[in-house]
Amino acid sequence: MDNAKKSGAEALIHSLHLEGVELMFGYPGGAALHIYDAIFNQNYVDHILVRHEQGAVHAADGYARATGKPGVALVTSGPGATNAITGLATAYMDSTPIVVISGQVKSGLIGTDSFQETDMIGVSRPIVKHSFLVQKAEEIPEIIKKAFHIATTGRPGPVVIDIPKDFTDPDYKFDYSYPEEIKMRSYNPPIKGDPKRISEAADLIESAQRPVIYSGGGVIQNDASAELTEFAKLLNFPVTNTLMGLGAFPGSDPQFMGMLGMHGTYQANMAMHNADLIIAIGARFDDRITNDPKQFALGAKKIHIDVDAASVSKIIHADVPIVGSAKDCISSLIQELKSRDLKLNTEAISAWNKQVDDWREEHGLNHSLLELGPKDGKILPQQVVQSLYKETEGQAFITSDVGQHQMFAAQYYHFDKPRQWINSGGLGTMGFGLPSAMGVQLAYPESTVACVTGEGSIQMCIQELSTCLQYGLPIKIINLNNAALGMVKQWQDMQYGGRHSSSTYENSLPDFIALAESYGHVGIKVSKFEDLEAAMKECVSLKNKLVFLDVDVDPNEHVYPMLEAGNAMDYMWLAKDKKTW
Amino acid sequence: MKRVIALLMENQPGALSRVVGLFSQRGYNIETLVVAPTTDPTLSRLTMSTEGDEKVVEQITKQLNKLIDVVMVSDLSDSQHIEKELMLVKFTEDSFPKETFEESSIVSNSDGVINVQVVGTSLELDELITTLDSSKPIEIVRSGVLGISSNKDILSIEN
Repeated sequence: MDNAKKSGAEALIHSLHLEGVELMFGYPGGAALHIYDAIFNQNYVDHILVRHEQGAVHAADGYARATGKPGVALVTSGPGATNAITGLATAYMDSTPIVVISGQVKSGLIGTDSFQETDMIGVSRPIVKHSFLVQKAEEIPEIIKKAFHIATTGRPGPVVIDIPKDFTDPDYKFDYSYPEEIKMRSYNPPIKGDPKRISEAADLIESAQRPVIYSGGGVIQNDASAELTEFAKLLNFPVTNTLMGLGAFPGSDPQFMGMLGMHGTYQANMAMHNADLIIAIGARFDDRITNDPKQFALGAKKIHIDVDAASVSKIIHADVPIVGSAKDCISSLIQELKSRDLKLNTEAISAWNKQVDDWREEHGLNHSLLELGPKDGKILPQQVVQSLYKETEGQAFITSDVGQHQMFAAQYYHFDKPRQWINSGGLGTMGFGLPSAMGVQLAYPESTVACVTGEGSIQMCIQELSTCLQYGLPIKIINLNNAALGMVKQWQDMQYGGRHSSSTYENSLPDFIALAESYGHVGIKVSKFEDLEAAMKECVSLKNKLVFLDVDVDPNEHVYPMLEAGNAMDYMWLAKDKKTW
Repeated sequence: MKRVIALLMENQPGALSRVVGLFSQRGYNIETLVVAPTTDPTLSRLTMSTEGDEKVVEQITKQLNKLIDVVMVSDLSDSQHIEKELMLVKFTEDSFPKETFEESSIVSNSDGVINVQVVGTSLELDELITTLDSSKPIEIVRSGVLGISSNKDILSIEN
């Protein structure tokens, strides 16, 4: 079977099967129809029909983030391809391994402005790790092999394969074989860190008095959470995670300071600002972390471990740059430290941990807001997240969209495991939450998957409610409904004199309950605090149903802490009327 | 500071656009750009000159190295190297400054028009252009910088 003659379309599907692909997300159209026919005629790879190509790519992305396996999306040429672009950019910014296959017009028509023609390679070029334009049918197996290799190794990322329709023609068959391995002379991602640098890092660690471990999405992508946790426990250094890195270190562990950055906790940002050593692992000193880079952690030496050499010393100079995989480098560092009988400044470090605890005590997040009851008769959005945490016992996969609800979810749901928290951190894509939840739910049908969203974001990919019905995906949509584009409104409150330019809907929101029901799902409305916990319990307990839990929350709530732009990390708003400077 | 970067890339459609796209995408400057196939037909060699401080150039080389089609990158300005550019200049016969050019640099002379070729460093060519002002060349075309290291270092996948 493997070596029989196959058409390009058959070769494509069989190659995907040999790459371990069990399901793909997509939307058919003219240039992809030969491929769709080949999908019809086989049983290896399931195809999930979405309602918009953006949803297909986000779903593949969610699948990839939750499982660590590459996600696959299939779209047609022209609008199918351009609709996939936001999904690609999302995956690119968060370095997730996905492969997007796009149909293209027949090779002879390329460049003639033919029907549904778009230069997909050109349009997607700045937002892919790599892309391939198939030049003949026989190339397809090797290109698939390369695409998966590139997408999943080194710093992962999206790969596009654009296939002109004539190369999937069922009437043209060729001798098919799938390459067992692939070597690319121009692509050899680093794995092992330089032992000299590892040793220098160990020196800095031994002399540190106010150290912080700052880890990001790279640790999760590289499945290095166990190593990170062992490393942190060995040293007893406080740990903070980026938005993308949440879950890499157990969120409920006392050593964890919470998220850092723009909406990071007081203690995490203060610790970064006052540190004398920052150990950055799989994180990239993003502008949402550093605030003003010129004022960033001036008293700290920086060790930077990253698989992408271009990320090291890009924004912040690394005193000890270590280029290699997080897993391998942390392991080497642990080994190096153990071989030295580990001489730490234990006294200074326990004083430092005490300082962190004091900061936490002083202005840390209140994780018991449910006990306070309603605030001026209103439900706080944070309380909804806490209720979700309670009812799911901290075990759910949480996807989110972008805005205040995303920050509340990141701040108040303690992620104890990697890959449990799935959000668009880099690109900040509204509309990501629901389709990515589909990918997660399909990967883990038995698990609770909740999409924490807002009435703004959810409407950006709301059409996927139909997909959820078709495939019976019992996602819990937790809609923090503040009847406004909350984060935009917050910025308008803080920086534009409260002028809410185009951030409210003037009573044009749909009845989300009726909407959910019209798609065959369950809708539950919560307007009173007293009903919140019972409704959440019911929502989570309906195991086989998608539930749209629409919660009216306090429309005036802001996300705090919030870094004050253009300053160091210790410049934080802590409440509407409280700041650190 | 001016830098000359040379790289080998897969001789494939789309490879060049990735390199050029990287520069515009990340806000780097390309001053000159020269591309040609090498004796190994699977590879092209690209030479570019760019302006930037050390940090920017370090980022540029790192980002170039990340491109899958790029096989090798070398910042020639890191060590002793030779930079040359070819320039073609067109004059009308009556304004041609005979004293400036050797006979051998004339590459065409017909219909009252003379073309000359000059090879030199960018700086030499800049200076020459300034001196030509009074003779009013009607067209000047420059190739952009080609570079090679002056020592035994070679940009090749064979070592």
